[in-house]
Amino acid sequence: MKNKAFAVLAALACLLAGTGAFAAQPVEWQTDLQPAATTVMEGIRWFEEYTLWFIIPITILVLLLLIVVVVRFRAGANPTPSKTSHNTAIEIIWTLGPVVVLFFLAIPSFKLLNEELIIPQDVDMTIKATGNQWYWSYEYQGDTEVSFDSYLLKEEGRADAGKEDKAAYPRLLAVDNELVVPVGKTVRLLVTGADVIHAFAMPAFGVKIDAIPGRMNETWFKPEAEGLYYGQCSELCGKDHGFMPIAIRVVSEDQYNAWLQEAANDVGAANKALMASVDNESSDVKVAANSN
Amino acid sequence: MAGHSATDAHGADHGHHQMSFFTRWFLSTNHKDIGTLYLIFAIIAGVVGGTLSVFMRWELMEPGIQIFHGLASMVYGVEGDAAIDAGKEMYNVFTTAHALIMIFFMVMPALIGGFANWMIPIMIGAPDMAFPRMNNISFWLIIPAFLLLMLSLFVQGAPGGHGVGGGWTMYPPLSTTASGGPAVDMAILALHIAGASSILGAINFITTILNMRAPGMTIHKMPLFAWAVLITAFLLLLSLPVLAGGITMLLTDRNFGTAFFKPEAGGDPILFQHLFWFFGHPEVYILILPGFGIISHIVSTFSKKPVFGYLGMAYAMAAIGAVGFIVWAHHMYTVGLSLDAQRYFLFATMVIAVPTGVKIFSWIATMWGGSITFSTPMIWAIGFIFLFTVGGVTGVQLANAGLDRALHDTYYVVAHFHYVLSLGAVFAIFAAWYYWFPKMTGYMYSQALGNLHFVVMFIGVNLIFFPQHFLGLAGMPRRYIDYPDAFAGWNYVSSIGSYISAVGVLIFFVCVIEAFMKKRVAGDNPWGVGADTLEWTLSSPPPTHQWEQLPRIK
Repeated sequence: MKNKAFAVLAALACLLAGTGAFAAQPVEWQTDLQPAATTVMEGIRWFEEYTLWFIIPITILVLLLLIVVVVRFRAGANPTPSKTSHNTAIEIIWTLGPVVVLFFLAIPSFKLLNEELIIPQDVDMTIKATGNQWYWSYEYQGDTEVSFDSYLLKEEGRADAGKEDKAAYPRLLAVDNELVVPVGKTVRLLVTGADVIHAFAMPAFGVKIDAIPGRMNETWFKPEAEGLYYGQCSELCGKDHGFMPIAIRVVSEDQYNAWLQEAANDVGAANKALMASVDNESSDVKVAANSN
Repeated sequence: MAGHSATDAHGADHGHHQMSFFTRWFLSTNHKDIGTLYLIFAIIAGVVGGTLSVFMRWELMEPGIQIFHGLASMVYGVEGDAAIDAGKEMYNVFTTAHALIMIFFMVMPALIGGFANWMIPIMIGAPDMAFPRMNNISFWLIIPAFLLLMLSLFVQGAPGGHGVGGGWTMYPPLSTTASGGPAVDMAILALHIAGASSILGAINFITTILNMRAPGMTIHKMPLFAWAVLITAFLLLLSLPVLAGGITMLLTDRNFGTAFFKPEAGGDPILFQHLFWFFGHPEVYILILPGFGIISHIVSTFSKKPVFGYLGMAYAMAAIGAVGFIVWAHHMYTVGLSLDAQRYFLFATMVIAVPTGVKIFSWIATMWGGSITFSTPMIWAIGFIFLFTVGGVTGVQLANAGLDRALHDTYYVVAHFHYVLSLGAVFAIFAAWYYWFPKMTGYMYSQALGNLHFVVMFIGVNLIFFPQHFLGLAGMPRRYIDYPDAFAGWNYVSSIGSYISAVGVLIFFVCVIEAFMKKRVAGDNPWGVGADTLEWTLSSPPPTHQWEQLPRIK
């Protein structure tokens, strides 16, 4: 029930913003982090704003001091310079002051780090992502075996894929086969590289982890809202580094289960069916919103 | 004193008559001539590296691939889809070459080879560097290193591309199995030679500063620029061999069948990252510490006050240098380091903010109570202090591994390190240029042009790099030739800033040429009573051999 409410709220918010039913991707003239779809990313967003409360005043303090110095102690205003070159008290203050500030930063910072890196015990499912030059391969590790490759959506392939809406499927972010996960479930993500180092990044989830040949890295996420989320490869991997995006479609548990069963046989058909199901849902929401 | 140096100057002219052009400039053992060669080299390399960056900004001005396929087809003669692919790789080659050139062939030669070579012997009251001929070979090694790097742009690199496109960090396996051509080998050799050159220079500076100070100049009376260069030289001496080791292993992995970094044969690609950043992090302090020293002198000179908290300033640099060696893995928060390792590197990195804060506040305290004149070098120095602060505080943010998760490998990092290097180290270089130009050449430049250069540059670089914070927060990854359309707005602004900065560089050249044409005599000390280090007691330009009679320091 809660999930449904979340989806309705998210869809309503998108309608109000006039951008359609999708969740997280960068917007024109954006000046802050992407909206959070996990508690980890909420933590990152909170901490980023928290640090601004320290660093902006510090920068303004330096600027003000420079302005004061430039105005008060210009040669015209102060022809005879002082000879002061020591003041132990003030030197101790400006050494210890920053130490105190750093403690204020470090404590929530360590807490955030714990949230990110300590993987919950009750993992619902495990997916393995492999970075290749230049696409991602996904493997669902469970009773139903599903694996597929995910390439950048070619501009000429939009019509065939039914992804002509550039707002929902932006250039360089949209892929042919999205990674599909159920909402509100804890997903363990195993990440490795097949040829060179890549990095799996999903800004709205607060996830970024390198895909390294010969290593199996591990991270986790628990998406709180349905929608389509975008990220991009974040470690230089050669000429098409900018052309191997990551897309995750978060859907209801029912939709996920239906998709998984069908994807075991035919990923393309499963994706088409899932898109139809998601479109129906959002047009229902639109009708409901309009009737208000 | 003035009479003394006049005799020296006469002797110097006498000396020049005996030396042919070739002997003076190619077989030089004179620290000032070698310093001049380094400065000229750094200017040329800076123009090359800067041009590469303008091409990148031009490409990024709008979404889509605009110019690099055309550039690739012009340079490499490929057409059609092959030109697109070659263009994509060429963009990566440009980012790589821009970084390597600006670090190894612009900032380091300018600050260490150029200004330190010129001024350190004079400032500590020494007749020359300890090993003059080694000084010469340091310079002449950097030329083949630069040529090797330039030539690598035109030989095979990754399949279907030319040059090194793996980034200045050269992480394997991208730089090994995924770049078969000889371009990477040439770049590795270029770094070997440039590294050897820097190690020889570091040995020279350490020996000179520790052994050749004038009578009475104890280590605690030494000018802060000498402190900065001494610490920098130790960082070079300790970190460059680690880079040399790392890239040698890269070379043998590539060519001789070893498997240091090959996972399929039991090696570990992350080992290279540890080695690289064990060098790479001290390297960024190597780039900025000499600038710290220069800014201290300029602030003190134009405030007509001694440096505030001299000992604190000196030991803050020593602390930054020491701690700089134990924070390297903060460049690697996303490789899968353990929780404990990330906690440690988070904390150690934050510690560096303390001595850095001491420096910022001490510069302001030096100005406090002073009688400040706003000559061109001082304007650059004040600009440096503010912009370095901006770059410093974003560094404190990035130190937090939890937040770096979102910002790692995005434009936020690009903005951060350009604020401390492009707006920090480069502003320090221009400040030093305008501060010592009258001393080095004997001519005074037009301060109006110098100030105009500052204003245009200040606007330009801030327009380039401030919007990149926004791009990074929104999630735009680094080293992308093309980006989703949502990033178009700030990229456009950033590119405009790049063109403005290029105009700033042109004004710099006009200023230099004007100074040499007008030949306004600068005099021994154009900056007045505040300029109290030894170089200002000599003629401008100084005699070929200074301090034939050593100065005595009270």
